[in-house]
Amino acid sequence: MNWDWGAVSDFMPYFWKGLLVTLEALALGSLISFALGLVWTLLMRTPTRWVRWPVGILTEFVRDTPLLVQLFFLFYVLPEAGVTLSPLTTGVLGLGLHYSTYTMQVYRAGIEAVPAGQWEAATALSLPVRRTWTAVVLPQAVRRVVPPLGNYVIAMLKDTPMLMTIGVLEMLGRARLVSQQHFQFTEPLTVIGVAFVVVSYLASVCLRTLERRLVR
Amino acid sequence: MSVETSKQPAVTGTPTTELIRIEGVTKRFGDNTVLDGLDLSVDAGRHVTLIGPSGSGKTTILRLLMTLAEPDAGTITVDGQRLFPAPERQVREVRKKIGMVFQQFNLFPNMSVLRNLTEAPVRVLGLSKDEAEARARELLDLVGLADKCDAKPTRLSGGQQQRVAIARALAMRPRVLLLDEVTSALDPELVAGVLDLLRDIARSTDITMLCVTHEMGFARDISDQVLMFDAGRVIEAGPPEKIFGDPERERTREFISAVL
Repeated sequence: MNWDWGAVSDFMPYFWKGLLVTLEALALGSLISFALGLVWTLLMRTPTRWVRWPVGILTEFVRDTPLLVQLFFLFYVLPEAGVTLSPLTTGVLGLGLHYSTYTMQVYRAGIEAVPAGQWEAATALSLPVRRTWTAVVLPQAVRRVVPPLGNYVIAMLKDTPMLMTIGVLEMLGRARLVSQQHFQFTEPLTVIGVAFVVVSYLASVCLRTLERRLVR
Repeated sequence: MSVETSKQPAVTGTPTTELIRIEGVTKRFGDNTVLDGLDLSVDAGRHVTLIGPSGSGKTTILRLLMTLAEPDAGTITVDGQRLFPAPERQVREVRKKIGMVFQQFNLFPNMSVLRNLTEAPVRVLGLSKDEAEARARELLDLVGLADKCDAKPTRLSGGQQQRVAIARALAMRPRVLLLDEVTSALDPELVAGVLDLLRDIARSTDITMLCVTHEMGFARDISDQVLMFDAGRVIEAGPPEKIFGDPERERTREFISAVL
């Protein structure tokens, strides 16, 4: 096994494109999972079980089935229902939906950790329910949810290569393409391996900084 | 037993208007009956202290008035408006007339001291930000914490936090102030400052106070009427001199000699 710097430099233009797609999928997937997870959490707190049950069953189902199966489902089954999305859009939705079933648990824990006395004080001051959520409960929940949410972002990063299977040319997709053309696997795979480490590390540094700022 | 409870709501003194009326209120938690057909009437401007062993229903009655819990039976009327069952609008109206200070302060830790005081006046009473801040600064001055406007509540001592909580409740200009063991969570050396403040407020305002406390000296100072609770009922009621000096019931005598 020989290391060929030439192969590295041949791969780099494709690598940058792949990195961009990976980061794009990660950023959009995270945003969707953050927003959708909050929607699930709030729906699960509505008083009517006719809302809670379907949401509970749906999210449990999504959480308990593999992301890869979900990606295939979205990519191959949705078009049969007349919904055709690009591979990247499908991938971002799949990641966002899958991880929203985890972020909802993070939000739930964060909200439940806000002491009952905070709700009671808000009631005693006649604050409307909406305002109690936006001004009292959610701001206090945020500092509790940032660390676990950050961990899910890093976990999601490591799931982005699955998008390759539905034709998204993210880092692994690019590496595979280039490798197969040149029969050189070592260099491209090593490069993207290093890239995953670097992105994970940078993400965790950002996360720790954010945590420190929130704790203050 | 019903003879005593029907006798006690009568408050003696100058002609007054009834502000709070509680009739036949029962509250159970599982098998545990915390309030057992309670009747109680409080006139506007009165300072009523609720004493009695823990679990006798004192705090529960404050929580029902603040609509933090619902009774299983009975009616509660505040200023002529009924709670439980009542339309949400009416509940909101009644709630605005009542303020509460909690044992654990319950300040909002994500807001500055000033914003703890302005949030509800702006959002609920519709005051402008400037009006609300002016009122808040006045109140913080009253409770001796004018210099802590911008501090986060967690930076304050327990006593300071509780004084902020009192100011926050007053910022809504309630007609009734409910005080739920407001010094129980404080270090002993901080208790006096909070009690002095409450004495001041009792003296200088016409606010109606319902106060659950184990501070008998304080109860004696501020109360027009003391209610002795036991097992979900008021077993004796009267002016503080009577209850602390010469109670009629043996149970009251026992309790008072145990806590003094």
